[in-house]
Amino acid sequence: MPDITYISPDGTSTTLEARLGDSVMEVAVKHGVEGIVAECGGACSCATCHVYVDEAFTDRVGGAGDLEDDMLDGAAAERLPNSRLSCQIKMRDELDGLLVRIAPEQL
Amino acid sequence: MDDILIIGAGQAGMQLAVSLRDLGFTGPITLSGSEASGPYQRPPLSKAYLSGEADVETLELRAPSFYDDKHITLRCDDAVVAVEFTGERGVATTASGARIEFAQLALTPGSEPRRLQIEGGDLDGVLYLRDLSDADELKGRWDAAANVVVIGGGFIGLEVAAAARKAGKAVTVLEAADRLIARAVSPITSEFYRQAHRRRGTDVRLDARIARLVGETAVAGVELEDGELIPADLVLIGIGVVPRSGLAEQLGLELSGGAIVVDEFARTSDPRIVAAGDAVLLPHPLGGEGRVRLESVQNAVDQAKVAAATLIGKLEPYRAVPWFWSDQADLKLQIAGLSSGFDEAVLRGNPDDEHFSVLYYRDGQLIAIDSVNDAPDYMAVRRALGQNATIPADQAPDTSRPLKSLVVPSPA
Repeated sequence: MPDITYISPDGTSTTLEARLGDSVMEVAVKHGVEGIVAECGGACSCATCHVYVDEAFTDRVGGAGDLEDDMLDGAAAERLPNSRLSCQIKMRDELDGLLVRIAPEQL
Repeated sequence: MDDILIIGAGQAGMQLAVSLRDLGFTGPITLSGSEASGPYQRPPLSKAYLSGEADVETLELRAPSFYDDKHITLRCDDAVVAVEFTGERGVATTASGARIEFAQLALTPGSEPRRLQIEGGDLDGVLYLRDLSDADELKGRWDAAANVVVIGGGFIGLEVAAAARKAGKAVTVLEAADRLIARAVSPITSEFYRQAHRRRGTDVRLDARIARLVGETAVAGVELEDGELIPADLVLIGIGVVPRSGLAEQLGLELSGGAIVVDEFARTSDPRIVAAGDAVLLPHPLGGEGRVRLESVQNAVDQAKVAAATLIGKLEPYRAVPWFWSDQADLKLQIAGLSSGFDEAVLRGNPDDEHFSVLYYRDGQLIAIDSVNDAPDYMAVRRALGQNATIPADQAPDTSRPLKSLVVPSPA
């Protein structure tokens, strides 16, 4: 099972094991990681699970799809080239060790 | 002891428990639910769960260990059947006979599907969709069903219809009103969905008059009043919900139309008791007229946060912008604000492209948007409504300019 490390806006680091196919958002929310709101539960409808993907992983994670791209434009925190909505990143083995920083504002 | 009981372990109940902890409440919290599973997401039941893209573990709102970590006592599969206050303390009794004492009470009972009173309504294969067990029954019959009839052209019905078409079934939607989703969207959006579902091969009937459901033991068809028989091996009924207010009634709380009446702080008519979620009638959150009942994840979450704050003595009025979504086939509908009471609807984009928005106004002030496959429009309006801003109605149709560039402060 691949690991994900989350850096919360207050600097707290949390490492969790993900089930293959789970999204980076789901794993965080289910374990109460601070800073990911995910109001819509993963339907790409709210832009409240905004993360910055660590540069070592941006290629493997890939870019946002069309809808996600639009939603990111409306996200509360600044959009950066490595911005993603974490509900749209599904975990697979090659993402083991993934590091994401949670955006400072979600709402 | 300063212990809190939350009755109803859905989205609102779970959020209330979590928010109490987030706000620093350290006393005992019991979250009591009637279903076998802990709190889970309901929206995917008519979408990803049906299509097999989500399983039970995916639906869980929190991992089982989360409740232990937060010292939240989760009691599943044992509905509270009676509750009363004796002086300062209250006690709830569950179906299994357990007694739960508490000092403060939160009701998050949710709602249940309105039942269709009709001949043949109890035949095998006539289903409703609200909880996981309903979804499992629907899923169990899904593969074998060739002809699906959906009674009720609201969100649940249309989402299931879209999933059934995608799975290659013959699908008919029977709606009693003269348009689809009439309670939530304007005629423009309703007509778009009628056409969009027809384009995808669903037979949509408005003003449908159903005489009876026919079959021996299992349903075989739906007979209309004009005698037409529509074959069906699966009938899904989605004609709205009824608030679960039985315990509120026992407690003597004020109800209206079966819903629990609360103020802007989520307080019921008994100040010791808060309530949140689908079963609640609340003052219009954006200062509009009257009271509203909101059946949505957003409302469950935001109202639960208000209720949690109230329980710890921190009064914060409910001012969240309502929002909602519905996924039907490749159509993503996103709604922000509440359009009821609008006096002007402005179309932006072309519905025939399946990419457009409808902006709603009242007395010249923007109050809501329906967006289909247009997330930027939806986000622009959601933000504008939260900042007491508006978009001039005469400029809104101009798709050459992003909607967010048209946002201006509301006139004082």
